[in-house]
Amino acid sequence: MAATIATTVPARPRRRLVASPGAWLIWGVVAFFLINLFGVVGSVLVSSFGTKWFGTWLPEGFTTSWYSAAWREFGLFDVVSVTLRISLLVVVISVLIGVPAAYVLARRTFPGKKVIYLAFLLPILMPPITYGIPLATVLYKFGFAGHAAGVVMANLVPSVPFVILTMTPFIEQINPSIEAAARMCGAGVRALFLRVLGPLLVPGMLAAAILVLVRTVGMFELTFLTAGPDSQTLVVVLYYSMSAAGIRAQQSVDAMAVIYTSTMLVLLVTALRFVNPTQLVARAKETPEP
Amino acid sequence: MSVTMDRTAEDVRKGRDPGLRHRLAERGVDRQLALLIPAVLFIVLLFVYPFLYGLQLSFAPKAGGPLASYTAFFSDPYQRNTIWLTLRLALPAALVNVLASVPIAYRMRGNFRGKRLLTIILVVPITLGTVLTAQGLLNFLGPAGWFNKVLMSVGLVSSPAHLVQNYWGVLFSLIITGFPFAFLLILSYLSGIDPTLEQAAATLGADWKQRFRWITLPLLAPGLATTFCLAFVLAFSVFPSAVLVGNPAGETRVLSLAAYQAAYEVYDYSLASAIAMVMGAVELIVIGLVLLWRSRLYTGSTGGKG
Repeated sequence: MAATIATTVPARPRRRLVASPGAWLIWGVVAFFLINLFGVVGSVLVSSFGTKWFGTWLPEGFTTSWYSAAWREFGLFDVVSVTLRISLLVVVISVLIGVPAAYVLARRTFPGKKVIYLAFLLPILMPPITYGIPLATVLYKFGFAGHAAGVVMANLVPSVPFVILTMTPFIEQINPSIEAAARMCGAGVRALFLRVLGPLLVPGMLAAAILVLVRTVGMFELTFLTAGPDSQTLVVVLYYSMSAAGIRAQQSVDAMAVIYTSTMLVLLVTALRFVNPTQLVARAKETPEP
Repeated sequence: MSVTMDRTAEDVRKGRDPGLRHRLAERGVDRQLALLIPAVLFIVLLFVYPFLYGLQLSFAPKAGGPLASYTAFFSDPYQRNTIWLTLRLALPAALVNVLASVPIAYRMRGNFRGKRLLTIILVVPITLGTVLTAQGLLNFLGPAGWFNKVLMSVGLVSSPAHLVQNYWGVLFSLIITGFPFAFLLILSYLSGIDPTLEQAAATLGADWKQRFRWITLPLLAPGLATTFCLAFVLAFSVFPSAVLVGNPAGETRVLSLAAYQAAYEVYDYSLASAIAMVMGAVELIVIGLVLLWRSRLYTGSTGGKG
């Protein structure tokens, strides 16, 4: 056994350039996925800039007029501002509700904790339509649905549990003796949260907030079920314009889809600057460099 | 905690009653739990109450006995088949997403140049959303799209392959939107496994197959089960893409579509709630089975923390 190690270790003084067949296969699959992904995105992008495109490789000419057309036809300024207003409200409320709850759930044990934890887990595990339809019915009954308030309330249902789940590892990383020290120095709950835990949790809250923002801007089902004519977000407008095909030019829908995606991309890249996604589950020891 | 316990032990010895508040605090109930009140109130008002309301509504049909909505759903093959059609889409999509993520994430565990860029590119589909994916698939895989053009110029097919407006279109869209989530989760689970465990195995002469089979896989399996559940939930609630790239009247008439039509096209809220409840039940059964299997696996620390 020792002999084999002695022979294999010096045989690989640096990384080999020629990978094994398995590695080739995996990178091949990744490349195939990425090529098709670029095809999917690229065809929308090209089409949104194209003039006339029937059965050829590329459109006959290029123009930016579809963007101004989409902007005018769909009243995109209003739609985008409604989307941002609703999403920001959802973010602020879900962080305000979620962070204290996450703190208690991460630090304390008390009777009934499992039941409460399950109640927070269910909205994430259930398909949105399953609770969305009863929720929309209830919201219509009380007159919230059809307005921005109803959309915000519906979107909070998966967002608050999401904040709780995202915040838990961040809270667990904080050493409890810091809080104990603050309590010894006479800090009350309010001071503890505002002056000790708050600053320490800012990265986590930013991460949770941006992830909730991305999710809310992209959330289709719940907004679709509860939105009225003046509270539709970008995704819902996009869906209506696509399912009512033929009324509007294909390229104008494409242009709107590109606007939507670039908004989301900016949000997500910002999010990834703040959060290392692989740290959400567990922190790994980095492999020591040889 | 230990402080309160000591104090109560002393109190008991001196024959003093610690008082209700004290006894509750000993079990972990004190004023700090009030921080939980907004969240609990919120979940009860906006999730539990509507859910129970829907459950009650599903047993209160417009006509017939309390079970009329459920019998209406299960006796009509057009409605009943939606369960099978949804599972036929969601299970393969979730399986493909999880199984494809494992080798790719396994390759990407370590540090190498461009890892962050590659991660971002693989995660980009999250931003596409279902609607742009649908639009892109219609353009790209459609009869006049680039994909069919390539296939035809290579000579693989003589006439354009039908890849959209049917089962395949929806499956592709589920894979494109679901893969990034599965990949991110698996990558985080894999990087949570202590690399020294594998190094130890390598020192003992295990090749990469043995290391994967006997070290990584058992530690990863609970994470795989969780990821599968989340990927399944995501695919199971497919709605926009089933309408846009699928064949919503036929082979991709999924459960959520049936529920939506019952509520907003037929205005039969009882039937809609019943379908929603069936949908939740089917999903929870699948998740329950996976979690049951997961509970038989190792669920300790993977050595990543610390």
